[in-house]
This record gives sequence, structure tokens and C-alpha cells, in this order.
Amino acid sequence: MTTTDRPRDEGADEAPPPFEEWDRPRQAWLLSGDCRGYRQRTLLLEMTTRALFPTVLVFSIYLLLVGHYGPGGGFAAGLVAGLAFVLRYIAGGSEDLGATVHVRPPVVLGLGLTVALLSALAPVAFGAPVLATTTLAVDVPLLGRLETQSSVFLDTGVYLLIVGVVLDLLRSLGGGIERDMRDAGEAR
Amino acid sequence: MLALVAAHLVAAGLLPLVSRRSRRAAFGVAAVLPAATLLWALANTGAALGGGLTATTVWSPALGLALSFRLDALALAMIVLVSGIGAVILVYCTGYFAEDSPEATRSAALLLAFAGAMLGLVLADDLLTLYVFWELTSIASFLLVGQGGERREERRAAVQALLVTVFGGLAMLLGFVLLGEAAGTYRISEILAEPPRGPMVTAAVVLILLGVFTKSAQLPFHPWLPAAMVAPTPVSAYLHAASMVKAGVYLVARLAPGFSDLAVWTVPVLTAGVATMLIGGWRALSATDLKRLLAFGTVSQLGFLTVLFGAGGRVAAMAGVAMLLAHGLFKATLFLTAGAVDHATGTRDVRELSGVGRALPGLAVAAALAAASMAGLPPLIGFVGKEAAFEAFLHGRVENVVVAIGLLLGSVLTVAYSARVLWGAFARKPGRDDTAVHRLGPALTVPVWLCALAGPVLGIATPVVDAEAGSYAAALPGDPAYHLALWHGLGLPLLFSAIAVAGGLALHAARARLTPLADRSPLDAQRAYEKTIAGTGRLAVVVTGRLQVGSLPAYLATILVAFVLLPGIATVLAGAWPAVPPLYHAAIQVPLAIVIAVAALAVTRARRRFTAVLLVGVIGYGVGGLFVVDGAPDLALAQFLVETLSLVAFVFVLRRLPGTFTEQRPPRRVRVPKALLGAAGGAAVAVFAIVLSGARTGPSTTSGEFVRLAPEAGATNVISAILVDFRALDTVGEIGVLFIAAAGVASLVLATRYDRRGGRTPVESGQGSPRHEEDVLG
Repeated sequence: MTTTDRPRDEGADEAPPPFEEWDRPRQAWLLSGDCRGYRQRTLLLEMTTRALFPTVLVFSIYLLLVGHYGPGGGFAAGLVAGLAFVLRYIAGGSEDLGATVHVRPPVVLGLGLTVALLSALAPVAFGAPVLATTTLAVDVPLLGRLETQSSVFLDTGVYLLIVGVVLDLLRSLGGGIERDMRDAGEAR
Repeated sequence: MLALVAAHLVAAGLLPLVSRRSRRAAFGVAAVLPAATLLWALANTGAALGGGLTATTVWSPALGLALSFRLDALALAMIVLVSGIGAVILVYCTGYFAEDSPEATRSAALLLAFAGAMLGLVLADDLLTLYVFWELTSIASFLLVGQGGERREERRAAVQALLVTVFGGLAMLLGFVLLGEAAGTYRISEILAEPPRGPMVTAAVVLILLGVFTKSAQLPFHPWLPAAMVAPTPVSAYLHAASMVKAGVYLVARLAPGFSDLAVWTVPVLTAGVATMLIGGWRALSATDLKRLLAFGTVSQLGFLTVLFGAGGRVAAMAGVAMLLAHGLFKATLFLTAGAVDHATGTRDVRELSGVGRALPGLAVAAALAAASMAGLPPLIGFVGKEAAFEAFLHGRVENVVVAIGLLLGSVLTVAYSARVLWGAFARKPGRDDTAVHRLGPALTVPVWLCALAGPVLGIATPVVDAEAGSYAAALPGDPAYHLALWHGLGLPLLFSAIAVAGGLALHAARARLTPLADRSPLDAQRAYEKTIAGTGRLAVVVTGRLQVGSLPAYLATILVAFVLLPGIATVLAGAWPAVPPLYHAAIQVPLAIVIAVAALAVTRARRRFTAVLLVGVIGYGVGGLFVVDGAPDLALAQFLVETLSLVAFVFVLRRLPGTFTEQRPPRRVRVPKALLGAAGGAAVAVFAIVLSGARTGPSTTSGEFVRLAPEAGATNVISAILVDFRALDTVGEIGVLFIAAAGVASLVLATRYDRRGGRTPVESGQGSPRHEEDVLG
């Protein structure tokens, strides 16, 4: 029982989409509608994911920024964002995940570590010790005075790294094992 | 001085750019820097022989680490060898390596890098600086001996050289640390000004001598040097004759003024030195490869030099400086000659070479000059050194005379193998046709002549060498009236020299009977080395086999037993049971605790993996709930998220695992001990938690201080303040760990795809497939 029954959609590029697909989402951030075969398809989950995925990502950024003043922070925010991708993987499979995230997970990982290390070393350039923090404030018309900590950069590094870890997990334990099983001709 | 050393290393890094255009030109470019260094050193002769020229670059003042350099008489003598001979040999390389030689690019860069490291070594005035350069030379030697690593003997020789010298180097590092701590400073000049004493220094001296003996190929560590002769001849001439192997001798010379009055210094130095001189000379008599012959000669001469510098007398040290210069010059000449002969005839085997002297008379004369200096014939610099050496040991105590007789025997052997070199390379052998010879270019002969002529020039200009040696030896006890000179009048030293020459020539005349004898040796240091390496390998296999049994339950049991026993014993002995804490302080804790306990018990009963994973998840969420109740929303949030993610990860993995843990229920005798161990581990955790929570003696740092400081760090959330401010370094460390863990998981899963046993279709994946490459790269 191999699962090779992916929807065939050659020619979809040049011709206008067939009537049945007129509402197929074009935005990369929404679930593509491709799925791993009709047997595993869960419409309810797909619909929920379409609504939840961007919302959860926004929420994760909220957690990242609010971390200094309430529960949250880079670690929790990264995990929340990562779980959004997990949800998407479960609903759409690894093919869909690849369609959304065009950067490779190791790049995200490395970017996170780089951002964290650079923000750790940056204070040295201003004559402060490594990892020193300060308050950054800016006056914005209408919104008033906006304040945040320079440590938000370190948190951003942590956030990116955690997202990278989760994406890497999805790539190896998710897609990698899935392909192993397909290669070995196993049922899923 | 730091700039000079750094320039070598930087230039070595850039040299491949030149090699790309012309490989021969690269050697010529490389020779410029050592030549400039030599000129710089000679221009500073006055300062060097006076007080010494120092330069210090502090690079970590908090740790007291500095790159200190000092140019004095001894360093100057070494620079003549390192940079002077280095430049000559690099010029020789332009003729030695073919334009299309694959080894040329690498060799040019490495030789220049080595010259820089060696320069740093001889200039270093700080023990740790010296150590760094010492190991750099070992690594350069490894790479230069190993070359492309395509031939088995190259690899073996390179590894042997590396293992032996780095083993000694590490011992030496320990010795340096002990010495530096005992003296309170790592500056060599300061240590020598006030040499420390005590048991720690005794240990330090033994360890440092271990480093010296391995680097300078003293008994019983000498076999790596003859083995290293598989390297290209210029490399052998430079590293394994003129400079690198002198590092050990140099260190002896450097430290002798401070430590030569200790028995733990003199006894090993003199014993090993004399024994090495004799064994090396003896083994040289049976060698048939010209380079091996010369290598055993080097071993012998290194023993000689160790004795001279290690004895710690003024005259001996002056003899040492003269012999140091002499040996560098004549041995480089002879090696370059061997290389030229090899180049011209295609062989270095003394049994095959015949009549080369007739075909290459110029080369033969240059080699004869060098061999005469090695044998100690006047008016060459080797003669001056040997005279002084005999003079140094012919007076005073009995052991001195014993050493002098040892040196005499060694000199007899030296004369014998000097004659053997000349005979082997150039003589016409009976019953053999003359070897076919092709012409040599000036790049191969001019450097040989340069080195060869330095022998008589320095011999005649003995006062220059005398000033140099006198400046080094000024601090040592001994006859202050003695000077190096070509003629000291008739006396015991001259008699000894005459005996050495006569005896050596007699030995050479009797070579037909002697060579088979020298070939046989009851103790073979090379075999001892091989047995040690093989034994270490076997031991590693045994230990690994015992420790890594490959059973997950065994590993877990080991961890649990260690966990229960080690902190457990400490807790029982030192821990105090705190006042019984209240069982709960919020009613909601009771149902949560019951859920957790029930789930935990159920996990142990679960047969299906999926059930177990879900139950573990229940425990995790339950603990998260307890965090919420106790007012730790940050902790609870992280706990819930991590729990969810690990649940997902588990489920991903479970897709490839059998549904149940075991096919059949394991027998009772397996289950009961496992259950007991698990219960003990769990109980231990609970007990530790209670005891440790009551063990705090000081005030809690988190609650008071952190809460006060948190607004200053701009945070109203104290957890965040801890994570990104107070303990930010921990956070950076932890994300580093996560990074490594992610990379590890990806490589475990993606890079080692395995074929499932009993799979119906062959799996077209695995290492080497293009798909695999894609995966690893992401």
C-alpha cells in the first residue's frame, strides 16, 4: 500500500486553474491544499491550520517582545512558533512545509546562534562588558514613547535558534523518517 | 620580534598564491624572509651578546599571559641555523623540486611556516610561548614527513614522529607548569636569574627532559628520526638535521645555567647523551641508505650536543655552541649532497652508488669538507668544538673522565661513519660499474658549497665563534681563561683527537667485518615503539568492549546506580532532614498530584510504546499544572510547550518502532531488579529534592537581590531578567548546546540512513547517494 496517489497537477501553471480549484490558496503562508494523499486528508485540521498558523506566528512574536515584562521570552516564543510549523507539518506533510519555508533549517539555526553571539559581543564595541544590556527608547508620534531592552536582540537569536531546532526536527524526524518508510515500501 | 615571527606564518599562508604561478619561484620567495631574519639578527649581534634584546607583547594581562621574546647569544647561534640554513635550503628546493611536483606547493608553505615556528621557539622568553612554538614545529614536521600521505611508510613515519614528539611535548608542558608555578613566573630569563628548588622542581626537570629527549631523538626515543627520512631530502636537511631536532638541545642549553647542579638533571642528561652518541654512531656503520646513515649520525651528534650543553660547565658550553654551529653546517651540507646525488643518479643506496666522485668532483670536495668537519679535522670548526669538548671533560672528577672516554669512543665512531658517508656516496666500489650520472644545476650545487665553505671559514674565524660562545657561557662555572682556538698546543685533547681519527679510519678499513655486526642489535627501540602502540590499541579495545556493551538497559542501570550511590551517600552522611514540609498548600495540588502519580505508575505497566509516551506527556502536563498553581507562569508556559514538542517528536519516531516494547513479557528475574532499581532512583530523587531544599544556608540570591535589580535591567519579569541579563552567559551556552543537539539529531537520522532488514525493495538511499548529500546540506 504505497502512497503514490498525489494529485497530478501538471499544466496547472499555464492554464487557468480548473473550476474545482478556483479557491486554492495562492499565498505561501497559507496551507497549499496539496496533501499526502486523500487517505490521510483531514479537512477539519487543514482548515483550522489555515486559520491558526499565521495567528500563532503573530502570537509568538508578541511573546518574544513581551518577555521582558510578563511571561514569554525568546525560548517560549520560539517554541510557540515552532509548534505552529509542527501543526502545519501534521496537516500538510513535509512537501507543504518545504513550500512555506524556503530557507533551510540549518541556516535558521546558524542565523539564530550568530544573532545571539553578535548581540552578546556588540556591547564591547561601545566599551561595555560582554552581554551588557541597556534600555532602548524611541519617541514615535501618536504612539508616544516606545521602550525596549537591548537584550531583545539576544532573545531574537534564541527565538530564531529554537525555530531552527524545531524545523530541523521536522526535517529529520518528520520528513526524513517519512521518506525512509516510503523508501522501504512501508505503509504509513 | 613578534612581527618577524608572524610575518613568516602569514607569508606561508599566502605562498600558495605564488605557487600557483610558479612552484619554483615560491621557494625563492620563501627564502627572502629567513634571509632577512638572519640579516636582522646579525645586525643586532652587539645587543644580543651584550645584555640581550627583549620584546614583550601582553595579550591576556588578567591571566598573566604574554608573548615574550629575547635575542641573546644562544638565540643568535640558533637563528644562524634556523634562518641562515633555512634560506639556503629553500634556495636548494628551487632546484630539487620539479616544476610539476605535487609536493612543492605544500612543502614551500610548510617549510616557511616551520621556519617561523622555529624562530619563535628560539626567541621565546616565556615557557608557554616556547611550548606553543615547540608543538607547532612538531606539527610542521608531521605534515612535511607525511606529505600527501599516499605511501604507507610516509604515514607511519609521520605518525611515529608526531606521537613521540607530542608525547614528550605534553610531558614538557606539565613540567613547564610545575616550574612556572614553583618560580612564580613563566619568564625564562627571570627563572634562570633565580632558579627555584624543591620537589616540585625535581618533577618538573624530569618532565622537561622527557620532552627534550623525544624532540632531540635521544635514547630510547631515537627511532623516529631515521624513520622520518622518508621525507624529501631538503625537509630532512632542514628539520631533521639542522634545526628542529636541535630544539631539545636548545632547551637543554637554555635551562642548563639554572639546573645543571641538580643530580636529577645531570645524571639523565649525561647518561642518555653519551649512550645516544655511541648507539647512533654504531648503527650508522651498518646503514646502507645514505640518508639513514646521516640520520643515525645526527642522532649520535645530538647525544654529543646534549652532553656538552647539559654538563653545565663553561668550557663544555663553549664547545657546545661551536659544535651546534658546526653540526648544523656540516650535516646540512651532507644532506644536501645526498639529495644532489639522489637527484643525479636516482639512488641513495651505498651498495649501488659507484664512481660518483669521478663524475661529480665538485660535490665530492664539498662533501669531503663537511665530513672532515664532522670527523673533527683541523682547521675546521668541528675540530675546534671537539678540542674544547675533550678539554672540558678531561679535568676533575671521575665521572667527568668516564664521560670523556665515552665521547672519545663516540668520536671514533663519528670518524668511521664520516668516512663511510664519503666512501658510500663517491667511492668506486670493486666489481661495480660506474653509476650513470646526469648534470646538476647551480641551484643544487651552490647551496651545498655555501654550507660546506662555512666550515673552514668559521674554523679560521674562531674568535667570532669564541665571542658568541663566551657570551652564552659567561654565567657558567669553569675556567674563565679558556678560549676557543684552532691551536692549544700539544696536550691530551689533541691526543684524543688523533686517537679518534686513527681509530675511526681503522674501523672504516675493517668495515667488511664490522657492518654485519653493527646490523645486529639485541634491543630494538623501534620494535619497542611498535609494541607500545599495538599494546595501547589492544588495551583500548578491551576497555571499550567492557564499557560500551551496547545495551540500553545496562547504560541506564549504570547511570541510575551511580546517581543513587554517589549523591545518596553524601546526602546520608552530610544532609539534614529539614522540618517536615506541609504536604500541600493549595487544594488543587491534590488532584494534580494524584493524576501525576497514577500516570507514573501506569507508565511502568504500559506494554505499548504509544501508551507510554502519552502517559509521560500526562506527567509533564501535570507538573506544568503544579507550576501554574505555585505561581510560576513562565515555567509553566515553557513546560507545556516543551512537553507538547517532545510528544510530537516521540510520535514521529514511534512511526518507525514496533508497537510494543517487547514481544513477550520479560521473565521475573529481569523485571524485579529493574523495578527495584527504578524505584530506588525515583525515591532518591524525591529525597534529594526535600533534603536539598532545606540545605540552603545563605539567603536566596534570586528572590532578594534579583528582584531589587530587575527594574534596573529594565525588566519587570524577573525570570526574563535572569535569562537575558544576570545569567545571560548561561543562556548563550544553552542555545549552543541546543544547536549541537539539533545538528546531532539531523546527522543521526539523515546521514546514517540504514537499510531495513527484510525490506522487500533495495533502498536507494544512504551515504554517497545524491539524495543523501541534499539531506545533509539541508
